[in-house]
Amino acid sequence: MDVLELARWQFGITTVYHFLMVPLTIGLSLLVAGMQTAWVRTGNERYYKMTKFWGKLLLINFAMGVVTGIVQEFQFGMAWSAYSRFVGDVFGAPLAMEGIVAFFVESTFLGLWIFGWDKLPKKVHLACAWAFSLATMASAYFILAANSWMQHPVGIELHEGRPRLTSIWAVLSNNTVLAAFPHTIAGAFAVAGAFLVGIAAWHLYRKSQDEKVWRSSLKLGTWVGVVAFAALSISGDLQGKLMFEQQPMKMAAAEALCHTEQPASFSIFAVGDVTRPDCENVKSITVPALLSFLAHNDFSSEVKGIQDLVPLYQQKYGEFYPVDPKLGELSGKPIDYVPALPVTYWGFRLMIGFGAISAGLGVFMLWLTRKNRTPTGWWFPALGLAGIATPFLANSAGWIFTEMGRQPFVVVPNPTGVDGVWMFTAQAVSNSTPGEILTSLIALTAVYSVLAVVEFYLIRKYVRGGIPGVLPQKTDDGALAFAY
Amino acid sequence: METLWFVLIAVLWLGYLFLEGFDFGVGMLLPVLGRDNAERRVMINTIGPVWDGNEVWLIVAIGATFAAFPGWYAALLSAAYLPLTLFLIALIGRGVAFDYRGKVDNPRWRKAWDVTIVAGSWIATLCVGLLISTTVLGLPIDANGDRVGSPFAAIRFDTVVGAFAFAGYALVHGAVFTALKTEGEIRERARRLAITLAPVALLPLIALLAIVAGLWAGVVVVVLVAAMWRLLANRDGQSFALMGLAIAASVAILFGSLYPNVLPSTLNDAWSLTIANTASSPYTLQVITWVAGFGTPAVLVYQGWTYWVFRKRIGVRHIPAQ
Repeated sequence: MDVLELARWQFGITTVYHFLMVPLTIGLSLLVAGMQTAWVRTGNERYYKMTKFWGKLLLINFAMGVVTGIVQEFQFGMAWSAYSRFVGDVFGAPLAMEGIVAFFVESTFLGLWIFGWDKLPKKVHLACAWAFSLATMASAYFILAANSWMQHPVGIELHEGRPRLTSIWAVLSNNTVLAAFPHTIAGAFAVAGAFLVGIAAWHLYRKSQDEKVWRSSLKLGTWVGVVAFAALSISGDLQGKLMFEQQPMKMAAAEALCHTEQPASFSIFAVGDVTRPDCENVKSITVPALLSFLAHNDFSSEVKGIQDLVPLYQQKYGEFYPVDPKLGELSGKPIDYVPALPVTYWGFRLMIGFGAISAGLGVFMLWLTRKNRTPTGWWFPALGLAGIATPFLANSAGWIFTEMGRQPFVVVPNPTGVDGVWMFTAQAVSNSTPGEILTSLIALTAVYSVLAVVEFYLIRKYVRGGIPGVLPQKTDDGALAFAY
Repeated sequence: METLWFVLIAVLWLGYLFLEGFDFGVGMLLPVLGRDNAERRVMINTIGPVWDGNEVWLIVAIGATFAAFPGWYAALLSAAYLPLTLFLIALIGRGVAFDYRGKVDNPRWRKAWDVTIVAGSWIATLCVGLLISTTVLGLPIDANGDRVGSPFAAIRFDTVVGAFAFAGYALVHGAVFTALKTEGEIRERARRLAITLAPVALLPLIALLAIVAGLWAGVVVVVLVAAMWRLLANRDGQSFALMGLAIAASVAILFGSLYPNVLPSTLNDAWSLTIANTASSPYTLQVITWVAGFGTPAVLVYQGWTYWVFRKRIGVRHIPAQ
């Protein structure tokens, strides 16, 4: 493999892995802050127990999200230095803001929250929980603003061949991020909701102590999951409509829509080989005119297919890569504007499918446990625990779809923006040797694999452990209420 | 504006070296100063609430470099690829280790995480030293800012001295911090160790400063001697403050001698990266100046408050059962 492929695999693996931890951290942080608020306001011990139990699981996961996030901050410079030089004037600012505004708050107040149970007044301690929870959301906003700028560059001018920032507000209020942020946050809550439901169902089945804690958790998780799914659908629809304007090729690839259709039908399921952009041999089960509606809110509108988009892209952005030794094998070769269709087509469907299963399962679990019932079959906790995986899979599939769907670009041209600002992924990599990237790829993958096992083991252990503590007590001998 | 950001990035590095310096040191000395599990837990808990906040100084130093000097960020990080890979893995390991070590009551489990903490702290601090001395002493880079030559170009005699400069500093700084934050036997042990180690451990730092700025290294020598003298006099707090002054003077000397370069080319002076040829546009610098102008004082206030909340010395008697 060459440097480009290795760097892409590394970015894909480290980012997908990082984003397994992140949504659980974001969703669970806010839910735990909410539980603690309920405890502080009502004094009801049930909420205290919920805060402690879910808080402990949150912390195990938080640590992993933090350490895998450090890699991301360095990776742009290490493996994608040409990209960093090209976009630095724009892309670095939201990253610096994320550090100053979000990461400092998050890490400092998390430390205060973990160790401050007996050292801070109740309400101040609660405020710490809200501080780090909201900081996780702020950090999501900044990094999504950076990502959305790559999908839809705004707020810039072209200066000496590079984009130069002219308005930070335009970057921060990019319509792409305004749709991506609620979508991502809703995805995070879907994860946290399913996490609560699955684990609470298992404890109910086991008839663990503190039944009320588990019932409340299950109920909370379900409602969070259902509301999250509604928010995901609405924000996803908005995002889709923007994408049809901003990246028509990505959406055509999401549908494996080969020929322009009017009205265009939405493909639910395809049989056969979707890799071929000529669409021969593909039998697809479709809903007539739905795609037209999803794209333009109009059942009779036209949606452009891949074969008609390719010439448009070639005309606007060139047929061949420039002749440049840095591009390696691709130098002077024709540019393939069609993303990997099986990935985009199935990625899109898995995202929607797993999301829907996750929400449906939550509602089903709520129905099963209505009026304090608990099913006695083993399938009940099994269903709940398996359900935890579904929103994770939906999130990963969604990100893989949206990032693979913008290929061959790393910075996608904005059809209504400044002319000349785009970058092909092939031009973005560092001037590294394949050996360097291979080394880090192997090392990071190995470390991440070990840590995945460790985290899974710890979460399982602490889930089984059930409710840990009693109410906090001031000790006279000065012993720490919490210590590593 | 470029100069302001050059100074700010130096300040961010200073914050990082001063703060994470002592938590690296505590990690490096874990088995030396902590003879049994309870003592090791005392040490880990002196930094428990704060080490993660300390590490953000690094994230922000790197992020600010990306925003203010993209050319510097791109050239340095891609050129030092392998040392940075090692650095990241060390940070990942020790980061989860603090949190996970006490989560399972099993000596082998704890042992494994202790090894991770010690190895991770040593490797990370050596890599930081290498990275900073590399940017000050230069790399074989071409006109485009790309490294010419082997992936190990950043590893030379002078940068290795730089690596040990910061490792040695962290070692003594960590011992002084332990003395400041603990009581009883651990505190005594830490004081004795700091004073015994100082003449050897701080030598590479003096050597690095002498390589870069000649006699200016003398300033730091004076401050370090004063720090050890106050420690001998049982004034842990003053000693710790003087250690902070020493690293501040060191960073000032290193970055001061670097200015207006940010990464010199060892091949051709004309190819050196400077604040002028790597800086972002005035508008971008203005944007991040506003953010830093409001953000940084706030950070100092609430991080300072955290240290105030956890100001008490701790000892074995404070450690609850696991």
